[in-house]
Amino acid sequence: MSYSEKVIEHYNNPRNVGSLPKDDATVGTGLVGAPECGDVMKLQVKVNPETGVIDDAKFKTFGCGSAIASSSLATEWLKGKTLEQALEIKNVDIVQELSLPPVKIHCSVLAEDAIKAAIADYKRKQGQG
Amino acid sequence: MLKLPIYMDNHATTPVDPRVLEAMLPYFTERFGNAASRNHAFGWQAEEAVEAARKQVADLIGATAKEIVFTSGATESDNLAIKGAALMYREKGNHLITVVTEHKAVIDTCKHLEKDGFVVTYLPVMRDGLVDLDALRAAITDKTILISIMAANNEVGVVQPVAEIGRIARERGVLFHTDAVQAAGKVPFDVNAMNVDMASLSAHKMYGPKGVGALYVRRRNPRVLLAPIIDGGGHERGMRSGTLNVPGIVGFGKAAALCREELATESARLTALRNRLADGLRGRLDEIVINGSMEHRLPGNLNISFAYVEGESLLMGISDVAVSSGSACTSATLEPSYVLKAMGIGDDMAHSSIRFGLGRFNTEEEVDFVVEKLSSVVARLREMSPLYELAKEGGKLLKMAD
Repeated sequence: MSYSEKVIEHYNNPRNVGSLPKDDATVGTGLVGAPECGDVMKLQVKVNPETGVIDDAKFKTFGCGSAIASSSLATEWLKGKTLEQALEIKNVDIVQELSLPPVKIHCSVLAEDAIKAAIADYKRKQGQG
Repeated sequence: MLKLPIYMDNHATTPVDPRVLEAMLPYFTERFGNAASRNHAFGWQAEEAVEAARKQVADLIGATAKEIVFTSGATESDNLAIKGAALMYREKGNHLITVVTEHKAVIDTCKHLEKDGFVVTYLPVMRDGLVDLDALRAAITDKTILISIMAANNEVGVVQPVAEIGRIARERGVLFHTDAVQAAGKVPFDVNAMNVDMASLSAHKMYGPKGVGALYVRRRNPRVLLAPIIDGGGHERGMRSGTLNVPGIVGFGKAAALCREELATESARLTALRNRLADGLRGRLDEIVINGSMEHRLPGNLNISFAYVEGESLLMGISDVAVSSGSACTSATLEPSYVLKAMGIGDDMAHSSIRFGLGRFNTEEEVDFVVEKLSSVVARLREMSPLYELAKEGGKLLKMAD
């Protein structure tokens, strides 16, 4: 199996690996996937409550190179976006950017799910969910 | 001097030994005759070379030359053994016994026969990958005509108790076929001592060329008859028609002879190398699990699950080392390894598994390089793994550490 250059680049130099304090009221955490299926993504956003802008984003992923690249790319895109803008990120955008082959589309779907889950978690904490 | 990439996938295929290639080369050019040409020197020369190779292959497994049928490879050998015996002995019974961890060449052949009215029992394996002999005994009925159980597994390298299986089969008057592709030339294998009636072999798993294999078919006590699956000119005593692949067969013979000569020293060398790899990894990483019996195992095989790390991402990180993974992502079916699953290993740990197949040309230096490289990649990926983080926090996904 060959990977696109962008997948390899994200795999070798993943952006924003790490964790934010999950009990912080300004942090939203999304944990999606299952180890049995070979993919688990944890994606976190730290939101400025006043502006509604995502100040920071972090991820940790158990999965193939494409899953790692999809989540790495997602965190890169999330930073500086408002929550509304963040929710506009679609899996097809990730597929296109990383040139994912058809068998790896589920990795991008998982990344989109993780974004939505993280934002939902933030809104719930803020009493908006 | 270490040369990259490093090949450690010798269960998939092996390089042709230069000594094998040297033996083959004349049979492409000046000695190109058809072994079935009876009327001239070109044919005689080819036939003589084929018969010498037949003896070499037979000697590797304790058979006589006349019991060796050359085929295109082990998949064909498995098909010929199982379909050929099933069709030939159909009047005697319609029941076959095999094991869930067999190669697809056996499993899918059995599935094909099920569609034709045969009944197949797929025996489970125990946690260590070995077949339960009591379950085998219990599965035999008066309709059982064939037992097909592999000698050594291609994923976990587990070596089945072939001699015991052979004894049980013989006592019950059932034919015993074994796919010995991974075992022959690697561990002692003798068709008479083990009461094997048919055995599938492949040249390219023992430093010979691709595209040539053999089926051992017992001629005495009992004489095994097979219905051919390829019709034609009646080559190979009618069991396998088709012009013989003379250069391939010559190479196969040479490869078998080399394996036989070097078996004792090479298996000791590979066992030491394999243990060096296992100990090296265990010394540097926690939470790694070896899949399958270490006691009943091919010298060159190691199958390890690196908990909390997905196999394909691991392969990506060690791209200058050729190994295989039981991860779904590396298979065509998107399902994790059915062999590991049959051993009761969870899908999560199957996704985290790597198969190392050490061979004749691997060195200590290469093993040491792989240990270092793999340890650092696993450590990096674990830092990136939410499962590792959860496990360290004592979280809820701890079933990974089975």
